[in-house]
Amino acid sequence: MAENIKTARILKFDIFRYNPAEPDKPPYMQRFEVEEAPYMSLFLALNQIREEQDSSLQFDFVCRSAVCGSCGMMVNGRPALGCQTLTADLPEVIALHPLPTFALIGDLSVDTGRWFRSMVDRVNGWIERETEFDRASIEAPMDNATADKIYEADRCIECGCCVAGCAVANVRPDFLGATGLNRIARFMMDPRDQRSEQSWFEVVSDSEGVFGCIGMMACDDVCPKDLPLLEVYSYVRRKAVASLFSSGEDHPARREAEKA
Amino acid sequence: MEPFYTTDVLVIGGGLAGERAAIEAAASGHKATILSLVPPRRSHSCAAQGGMQASLGNCVKASGDNAHWHFLDTVRGSDWGADQEVARMFAEEARVAVREMAYWGVPWTRATPGKNSYFIKGERVEIDEPEDKAGMIMHRDFGGTAKWRACYASAGTGHSVLYAVDAEVSRLGIEVRDRMEALSLIYDGDRCWGAVARCLRTGELTVFAAKATIIATGGYGRIYGKYTTNATINEGTGAMLALNTGKVPLGNMEAIQFHPTGLWPSGILITEGCRGDGGYLVDKDNHRFVAELEPEKQELASRDVVSRHMMQRIKDGKGADSKFGPHIWLDLRHLGEQHLKTKLREIWEICRDFAGIDPVKEMIPVRPFQHYSMGGVRVNKDGQAYNMRGLFAAGEAACWDMHGFNRLGGNSLAETVVAGRIVGQRVAQFVDGETLDVSTALTDAFKKEQEARIADWMSRKAEGPSVYDIRDAMGEIMIDKVGIFRTASELEEAVAGIKDLLEQVKTAGLHNSKPGVNPELTFALRLEAMLKLALITAKGALERQESRGAHSRVDFPQRDDKNWLKRTLARWPVGASEPELSYEPVGMLDLPPGERGYGHATRIPLEQSIEDYNATVVEAQKAAGKQDTVEPMGSQIQWGAWEQADTKAASS
Repeated sequence: MAENIKTARILKFDIFRYNPAEPDKPPYMQRFEVEEAPYMSLFLALNQIREEQDSSLQFDFVCRSAVCGSCGMMVNGRPALGCQTLTADLPEVIALHPLPTFALIGDLSVDTGRWFRSMVDRVNGWIERETEFDRASIEAPMDNATADKIYEADRCIECGCCVAGCAVANVRPDFLGATGLNRIARFMMDPRDQRSEQSWFEVVSDSEGVFGCIGMMACDDVCPKDLPLLEVYSYVRRKAVASLFSSGEDHPARREAEKA
Repeated sequence: MEPFYTTDVLVIGGGLAGERAAIEAAASGHKATILSLVPPRRSHSCAAQGGMQASLGNCVKASGDNAHWHFLDTVRGSDWGADQEVARMFAEEARVAVREMAYWGVPWTRATPGKNSYFIKGERVEIDEPEDKAGMIMHRDFGGTAKWRACYASAGTGHSVLYAVDAEVSRLGIEVRDRMEALSLIYDGDRCWGAVARCLRTGELTVFAAKATIIATGGYGRIYGKYTTNATINEGTGAMLALNTGKVPLGNMEAIQFHPTGLWPSGILITEGCRGDGGYLVDKDNHRFVAELEPEKQELASRDVVSRHMMQRIKDGKGADSKFGPHIWLDLRHLGEQHLKTKLREIWEICRDFAGIDPVKEMIPVRPFQHYSMGGVRVNKDGQAYNMRGLFAAGEAACWDMHGFNRLGGNSLAETVVAGRIVGQRVAQFVDGETLDVSTALTDAFKKEQEARIADWMSRKAEGPSVYDIRDAMGEIMIDKVGIFRTASELEEAVAGIKDLLEQVKTAGLHNSKPGVNPELTFALRLEAMLKLALITAKGALERQESRGAHSRVDFPQRDDKNWLKRTLARWPVGASEPELSYEPVGMLDLPPGERGYGHATRIPLEQSIEDYNATVVEAQKAAGKQDTVEPMGSQIQWGAWEQADTKAASS
């Protein structure tokens, strides 16, 4: 144990600070030093800082097991889940900033909740159907491979890392981002959803949708749940182009596709 | 933010139970408003992993399953502490609820006809699944059940169900106020009219006046400090709202579930589905001790039983050593990479991210952690709180009470949507006949009370222990002295220790006085009530001189149906220094108290006849504050119907 103490690193956290309730105080970076412990995650380190050094520090953790999506933050310039990030994988100096593209609540805390609710509302992120649930009937059968495929897309935890890492979303606030396209893909592939190709086209085809993406695919690199966002992107784009051709409508994306 | 807001139905808590209830109220044409500490999709419901129980009977190992079997398993699992009418309503409705979730989009794993390979009791078994069930909702095995019954989506079942329900909330346009914490109910005598809430973005207070208020805030596992699988927000914020009225009782707060497999030492949940799919528990000698101690159910006895076996093994010096202390191993290696990366994918990820372990090649260090609160706001079968009109509760926050002294795995996820639906319907009916009759003088008074509390905390500078020190001390007391094995002497020490912390909190202060939401203030506002919940838990455990389900008294090892076939009710009169405990019958008995079929406990039998016991129930519960239900009590019990399940057991 004595050996551990001798070799433990003193981590230097440079943390972005801004409290909107004190508008006269401009944002600044504040340094905190913490002795590294085995299996130390940013969840443990940040709570230690708040409880022992500065109790006003704002950040969000809920499940602390990488399933709730609350703790997205910029870790040395890269979006990541704080709870899933171990200090052992980081250098001694660790810069933490709030995720860009989301409204700042304070320090490392950002308003992902409103952003995602609004995204869901924009894409009608639910099963669209004409009928109502009949409590007397048994479930409609579904091939397990289809269920697996939907589950794979349904795994998104809406942490916002893909949006924060997206070049387009950083300059265009209405861009749906990879998470939005993934949500669309999830319902597109669901046989229970009764939307027509045409109505999907209206959701995805403008520059806030699939054709807004410029293909840098940072989203695919930073997704903490390893969602196959590259595949999602090509799936949605393929579906959008297909519905475009079937509609016969003139659209810049169609001309582009025809040229290609 | 407006200072005054009115709605028909105020739902406090944006997890599954609250959202499902809000949907029901909104679908009936009422205005429903949800307050949630966090965006609803981040609520703790999302962390439910392995499954949701519903007796669809869609695979060979589930064949013949029905609501009778589910009822039987639930009551036995509860160690006869459950309200059997509620358990019956639940078992029937769970079948509908899981299909409704399929309708709303949950990608349940589906049955695949032909040869399927499973691990059952340590053997690889091939079973031919029938053609006629192709594509129906599949089941996996869970603890304490006679049939495979848990419906699942990999190990992310809670996530998928929550996303489907929250999508429905969006579809119906229900207003959600996230980052909003209810600090106090508003009530006039015995009528509840909403709540005062604090915005966790700005720190501002708002009055939410409502015809009906539903508490659906989940459990209070964080009174065990870091020794819990629960999320950081499970601090009993709903139980404290009810408790602080001084009138509404909390039921069976000593009934605390410990989940056998929390990842050691972080406490992150490792689903029961791991054992359901064939995982082993082994000690430091690689010995499957639980299988030996429970030859019938093996690793799939109920959670209370398995947790006790594990802690006893550790006490006997057979735990595996680690620098954080001894633990047990969970061995999944024989399930194979394909299985672990698909049907248990989230577990594989958790092991990788939080323990640096590949469960395909390595065993997982686990130990029991606090996991679930069977107790909560005591309600009748409509979800209506005792002693307070217009106040309802559902889900883990409530003591409805289908779990008694031990909840079966997969029954909580099912309860959230079943209770949400039933209670939401009853709330909608209730609201139909009501007008919002609340004065601003009343709401102002409640708001001023909270303003004064906040000003008081903000004026107090920390000198002694911090609010976090007090929280940590509470957690240590709870895990050491109100844990899996309990004795009078330790429980007495716990009661004294928590009382001491309640004194300390009166003079504790803050280290910062920054304006805005101030996270230290946010926690400080919860701390005293958390200590009250801890004290009620310890006191209830001290008074209950028997062992039932998860409440295991070393000094009273028998289940005592003669003296303790009853539910603890705890109130905290306004201004009092201690809680008041009283008791009521558990409810009408349909399945007579008997053996559970695992755990080998002995018992002191009920001396009365079942008829005599049942004859006392209605009056005794009414005296305890139970509100009238929309239908007579006991009307949903299907007297003796469980025998149909048992007969089949004998013949199969």
